[in-house]
Order: sequence, then structure tokens, then C-alpha cells
Amino acid sequence: MSFIAKPKVAHPSLPRNALGLTRRDYEGGMSTLCAGCGHDSVTAAIVEAIWEMSIRPEQLVKLSGIGCSSKTTAYFDSGGHGFNSVHGRMPSIATGAISANRDLHYVGVSGDGDTLSIGFGQFAHAIRRNLNMLYIIENNGVYGLTKGQFSASADIGTKAKRGEENRQPPVDPVLTALTLGGSFIARSFSGDKEQLVPLIMAGLRHRGFALIDVLSPCVTFNDHQGSTKSYSFIRENYDAVVHADFIAPAQEITASYAAGEAMSVAMHDGSRILLRKLDPSYDPTDRTRAYAYLRSRLAQGEYVTGLIHIDESSPDFHEVSGSSTTPMNQLPYARLSPGSEGLKKILNRYR
Amino acid sequence: MPHPQDSQNRINDFVVKLANVNGTGSASANTLVMKSIFRMGIPVIGKNYFPSNIQGLPTWYEIRVTREGHAARSSRVDLMVAMNAETYAKDVKDVSAGGYLIFDSTWPRPMLLKRDDITILGAPLARMCNETFQGVRSRILLKNIMYAGLLGALLDIDLQIMRTLLGESYANKKALLDSNIQALEIGYNYAKEHFTCPLPLRLEPMDKTSNHILIDGNTAAGLGCLYAGATVGAWYPITPSTSIMDTFKSFCQKWRVDAQTGENDFVIVQCEDELAAIGAVIGASWNGARAFTPTSGPGISLMNEFIGLAYYAEIPAVIMDVQRVGPSTGMPTRTQQCDLMLAAYASHGDTRHVLLFPSNPEECFYLSVQAFDLAERLQTPVFLMSDLDIGMNDWMCTNLAWDDEYQPDRGKVLSKEQIEKLDKFYRFFDHDGDAIPYRTLPGVHPKGAYFTRGSGHNQYGGYTEDATEYQIVVDRLKRKFDTAKTLVPEAVLTGDGTHATGIISLGSCDGAIQEALTLLERQGIQLDYLRVRAFPFGEDVEAFLAAHSLVFVVEQNRDAQFKSLLTLETRVEKEKLSSILYYSGLPMASDVVVDGILAELGRRQHPSVGGKRPSPVIKLQPSFT
Repeated sequence: MSFIAKPKVAHPSLPRNALGLTRRDYEGGMSTLCAGCGHDSVTAAIVEAIWEMSIRPEQLVKLSGIGCSSKTTAYFDSGGHGFNSVHGRMPSIATGAISANRDLHYVGVSGDGDTLSIGFGQFAHAIRRNLNMLYIIENNGVYGLTKGQFSASADIGTKAKRGEENRQPPVDPVLTALTLGGSFIARSFSGDKEQLVPLIMAGLRHRGFALIDVLSPCVTFNDHQGSTKSYSFIRENYDAVVHADFIAPAQEITASYAAGEAMSVAMHDGSRILLRKLDPSYDPTDRTRAYAYLRSRLAQGEYVTGLIHIDESSPDFHEVSGSSTTPMNQLPYARLSPGSEGLKKILNRYR
Repeated sequence: MPHPQDSQNRINDFVVKLANVNGTGSASANTLVMKSIFRMGIPVIGKNYFPSNIQGLPTWYEIRVTREGHAARSSRVDLMVAMNAETYAKDVKDVSAGGYLIFDSTWPRPMLLKRDDITILGAPLARMCNETFQGVRSRILLKNIMYAGLLGALLDIDLQIMRTLLGESYANKKALLDSNIQALEIGYNYAKEHFTCPLPLRLEPMDKTSNHILIDGNTAAGLGCLYAGATVGAWYPITPSTSIMDTFKSFCQKWRVDAQTGENDFVIVQCEDELAAIGAVIGASWNGARAFTPTSGPGISLMNEFIGLAYYAEIPAVIMDVQRVGPSTGMPTRTQQCDLMLAAYASHGDTRHVLLFPSNPEECFYLSVQAFDLAERLQTPVFLMSDLDIGMNDWMCTNLAWDDEYQPDRGKVLSKEQIEKLDKFYRFFDHDGDAIPYRTLPGVHPKGAYFTRGSGHNQYGGYTEDATEYQIVVDRLKRKFDTAKTLVPEAVLTGDGTHATGIISLGSCDGAIQEALTLLERQGIQLDYLRVRAFPFGEDVEAFLAAHSLVFVVEQNRDAQFKSLLTLETRVEKEKLSSILYYSGLPMASDVVVDGILAELGRRQHPSVGGKRPSPVIKLQPSFT
């Protein structure tokens, strides 16, 4: 956890967004993660995305559980409220927070231990509820803070730093989310900022649960030969099925693309994601085919990345709940209480 | 031979117990009988003893007609309606001498005739049902209404009231209404033709219920959440708390849906488990909504980690613990007060939590509202410690009232304008000396942003592993608990506070103790009684303990948890506390208290029993309104 605030000195020529803020305004505390940690690259991508989107710093809520990855929320957007909860139980905090105020942006950052072991139940139910949030897993296949145990995402045959070999089959968050009906499912790599930034932007704009599983190697415990979550392994076994560009509502689409190889997905707020399909046969709106494709690539030892599945029609948590468009925490008390006359009517049933 | 003093000539003062089979629809017949008595202006209470299953196991409903308006169960049975063949033998034994037993004489029960000190009345209910109604389910259901008719004639219940009540239940279902009225009248007429009606134990109209309602504590607590302005409810179903959320939901569907848009001014999340339920409550409260979760002991066990987080990170949360019998799964449909220690110190590390102890449904309503005010004022979890007896049984309560001037106490939440004026916001700083810091809500102002964490933090809100910085915060939390003492509801004193011997208790023991005080007084024994309504214990509790040389601690658990809390958290000398413990799982009756006190006084031959102390030191507390 960071306890060192970054100095807020910015060069006057730094570019400013629509709110007149620079990237520095979206940074957080100094990272205390190991030098070269993939998670810090994810932090940088988040800062880039939220600056680019001109989100008001206080309108972003940052949520996490426990672990190296969960520290990330302290390292970006110091103007937004952060909540470092308990191990694996961030989704329930998010459920409550989103119930209380539907008008804010919610970013949850978790790890493979936090999400796929102790928090697997809550993760599944957050997807099932289609909470309107961006959920980033910083996935390195290993427990860092307790020094190197395999996590539930470690592949069979992968080796720990001391040589022990994992025999347990992994839990794949992307396949899990596809099965559970996730409405926005992406995978990326912390070393590929060009892919990650538009995915984060699109995920934040998506109405519903947006999952990005970011392969983010642990430089201390899992970046060696024999690991399937090392920088070198991921770079070699990386299969980008689509390249995503995020198009803000006001922006004109200038990118050129050949018909049949790209598609534009309209999002609820008028923004769009432009998907350049690197594999022309890949259709991210077809859940069943996406699942089959992923399974076949995984069998080859390859990580499929990009926006793997999107379903903009799926109603989010508040739509299903039928809740008021005014956030619950802003409803005046006079609107909530039936008053003394109401009580008299209610009590007539109990005589 | 019957003893006339026992179950004879008991007008408006007797117990009817109905033995039935779970899932046969007896609840509506039993409620019909009880409500009819209530509408005759006669005080009445109902206790339901039901098994943890859906269909087939024995269930009993006990209606106590109590002219004096007692609130507790009585351990006598004046009239048993024995409708369950499986429990006939036991049910016959349970009838008090001089009492009555009604059974279904469609089948011969020669063994029933073995008691000659009670009167046994047989009515061929099943045969009459089979001759009159079609369909297996109808016959089973209407057999119950038929025994309600029998009771109507035997006890002199106003038949017109019973008809009216059926009319209200089946207002839009004419066929059902007709068959129910028919069954009622068959039973009624059978009794009139074959028995001497009414029995010596019978009803006479009174006027003691006009300002009262018959309600269970869970309904009242759900209503309290509605009036407190709770907008987020998160829960995982668990007996005996489930009906809190059921009723909250039905009240919301009636009062919180926008007529134009159809939008709900509430969010209810049925979570995957209790861990998620309390997490959602904490997330919602942190984000500025009033949020609560109903649960029971096993749920609290699961919530422990999050409760510690809410305590340390200072986030309001309202937890309604409807206690049931433990340990482990225990007896889910029986009552106890066995979560006191669990709730008082929930979670690892040094924690202490605010607990409220309602003694009846009326207080479930008012204390629910107060729980939200306290949680937000103190920025901490607050437990409403109800139990199955209060939560699921029917109590006669004074009409609930509402003050339209009420505004929720949202505590120290800084507005956008207030944050704007600040040089810097420090989340955990004690600005006012009451150990309560200020908080800000997400989305309001970037200057108010802070990081909420369960890890070590200093008074400014930053992460720390520094010993001094850590201690400043946890020492303030301890002082905040002292502030809580000044905010929680005061204890209620019965008696003038001048007697040498006292009773101290809490929650649903109240009815039994109040009745016991009357019974003991008739024997020349006078005691003071203090009913504690909150933890932390205030100075009124300290003063009561100091002023009495012998104090009976009455509670419903095996290990004297309340007594342990008193010895841990007050200055009382342990030796002056004497436990009266009851933990069978049934609601407590007054003889538990009377017998316990007489036995102990006999042992001690206490010289000052019934005597007076020289000067009163206890202020009479106003009763809760």
C-alpha cells in the first residue's frame, strides 16, 4: 500500500483533457510494488483511459480486495474514493455501493487469488447480477504477498520459482465469465498498453459488468522459465483476435477498415467500439463460438486477447431491479416514509 | 376428578394449545381463533412451536387468553385440540388437571380415555369434512376451520366476528369464503348439539384491545426499516429472520413504487451468502444509503470479518440478529438469546459493537429506526438483537405511532460546500472531542476523497504501520464506544428502585419477569427490575447494580452470556449476580423466574428480601415511546 504521495508538480505544457486536467491529476500514490511489476503498467493504462475519457476524478470509485493487485487502486485517481476491502469480497462491496449510487463509475481491481479462489463465489455473482462496473483482474498465476504459492489460475505443468510443478487444473476467468453470461469479456496483457487502454475505456462505458482479465506477470515469483505467466511466455503465446478502438460519442470515426474485417459496436451512451478483427472469422457477439474458439486456442497453449465477447442488450443490475433513476442515496426522506397517516393504514391489517 | 381451581371457571384467563401437523394449513384456523378473541376486546398472545421442515412433522400453536394482559407464555394447557395422531399421547399428558381435550373422533382413540382428571370431547371432524367437501386438500384445510368452529361454540367466541375475519381473508375468493363459512358453522353447530356450551373456561367480551395491534417482531422490524428510510436491503435467507426482508419488501412494493414511472425507491439484493450480504450493506452505507441485513447466529458467524472491517474503517451498518438456538445449526425454529457475546465482540482484534435489545415487536419498530440513527451517528455497525420468540410470534402491542417531524440522523457527513471550504480533509481526526470523525461520500468533491481500508491507518486516513499512529486511532475508537453510552436508549426500571434485591434482564425475558414480579409480590416478595436496552451499558446500569445487594440476571442461554458481559463491562462485583438461565428453546414462562428466585432466596435465606434500602438512588426511567 502506498503511503508516499506523489508530488503534484506538472509541466505547464502537459496536454489537458476536456476538463482541463492533465494525466497527473489522475495519478495516485507512489507504487510500492516490485520494480517492473505488470500491475504498474495496468495502473498507467487506467490513468491514460480515465484522463482520455475526461471522467471527473471524484466520479470514479475504486474498489479492491486484498493482495498485490488490490493495492493498485491506491495508485490512480487520488481524487476518487477508494475502498480496499477484505480478501475476495470486493464484489459485494461493489454491489452495495452500486445499489446506493448508480451515477458513478466503478472500477474494481482484483487478482487471481482474490478473484478465483477466496472470491470466486462473489466474482460469479457479480457477473450474474451484471453490476455496472469495470472489473480488472491482474492475473499472474501466483500469490505475491505470501511469497510465491500457486494461485487457482496457474496452468498445469507451470513451475514455481523453486521448481515445484503445478498439477491442479486452472480456473480461467474468461471462460467462467462466458459461461455465466458476462456481457463484456476481454483479455489483455499488461505489456500491451495499446490494446489495454481502449478496452478499459470501452469497459467503463459498457452498461453492465465489464471484465478485463489482464495477464500481468509477477517479476519476483513468476517470471522465469517454466512459468506460463511470464513476460516471455505470454509474448510468445499471444493471440489477438480483435483490435479494439474506443470512439467517444463526439468523435468522428476516421479509422479505415475493410468491410467484413471490422465491426462497430454502439454502446448505450452513444460511444462506439471499433473492432478490427485480426481473425476474420471471429465474432465477439457470438458467445458460443467465442467459447469454442477460446477452448481450442487454450488447448494450443495460447492466450486469446482483445474484446472476446460483448452483449449490449443484457439489462444491468438496476434495470433488472427496476430501481429509481435517482440514486438511492439522494432520495429525500419525505419520499421514503409513508408518515403517520400511512402507518395508521398499515396497522389496520394487524387488528 | 377435575380440580375446579385449575381449568374450571377461567374466564378470559386460559391457554388453548392446538396440536397439528406441519403443512396442513392450520395456521389460518389458529389465527382465526386468536384474532377473533382479540376483536372481542380480550388480551391474547400466540406462540407457534414449529419444526424445521415443510410438511409432516408435529407443530403446536398456543393461544394464551390473558385478561391481565401478560406478554409471556404460560406453562399450563387448559384446552388441547389434539389433531395430530403422532403426538396424541404426549398431548393428553400435557393438559392441566381439570382441563379439556378435543380430538377427531372419526377414528377411535381408546388410550385417550386413560385420564380421568380431564374432560375429553370427540368430534368426527374428518368424517364431516369428507361428507361435505370435495378434494383431499380442501378436506384437510377445512377440517382446521371446523375445529375453529368447535372452539367458537365451546369458548363462546362471537361467531359474527369469525365470519367477518373469514370475509376479510377471502374478500375476492367467494368459493373459498363460502366453503370456509360452511366448515366453521358445521363445527360450531356440532359443538352446540353435542356438548354443553360454553365450557366453564370461556370468553366474555372486554374493551382492552382497542388501542392495540397483533403483530410479530419481524413485521415490526421490517416496518421500522421502511420508516427509517432504508433504501438498500441485502440478505441471505435464514430462519428466523427471513420475514423481516419479506415484510420490508412488501411494504416497499406498496409505499415505495413511483406511480408514474413504476420505479422502485429501494434496492433489495438476495445475496449468495451472508458474507456478501454484509459486504453489500457496508458498500451501500459507505456510499451514503441507509442499508441493513437481517440474519441469525450462523449468519453473524459468517459476517465476522466484514463486521471488523466496518468497525475499524468506521462504516455504518445495521444488522438485525433474530437469535435462534445454537450452537452450530442448533434448532433453527426454537428461540434463545445466545448470540450476545458473538455480537458484542464480533470479528478478530479489539472490537466492541453497539447492541440494541427490543423486548417485543413494538420496540422492534422503534429500535430499528434508532439502529439506523446510531449507526450513522457513530459510523459503526449496530445490531438489533431480537429473537425467534419476538420475531415470529404474535404479540399484542400498543398501537405504533409515528412522529412526522422525524428526520434521519445522518451523522457527520460533509456536504460539497463544507468540503470546498476545507484546507484539507482528514478522515479519522477527532475534531469535536466526541471521538467521532467526519466522513465524505464518493462523487461529492475530489478534496473529500479518501481511501477506506481495513489495514493500519492514521488519523488523517493514510496507511500506517507506525505504532503511535495506529494507537491514536484505536484509542479513539475506544472513546467512541464511551460516546455511544450517552446515545443508546436508557434501561427501563420497574419498581421504585428502593428494594435490596433486583432483577436485571433484557429482550424477550421481559414478559415472564413482569408476570413473575406480580406473582412474587402476592407472596410478599418485592424486587426492582431493570431491563437493559442497549450495549454499551450506561451509567443507569452501573447505578442499578451498585444499589442492589443481590441481583438476579435472567437470560435465555446456557452460559450466562449477559452476566458475563455485565461482569466484563461494568464495575459490578461478580458475587452479587445470580443467574436464572433458561435455554430449552421455548419462550420463557413466568414460573421459570418465580421458581428460580424462590429457590435462590431459600438457599441464601437472604435477610433483606422484601426490605427497603434507606434511600433511593435510581431514577425512574420513562418507558419507551
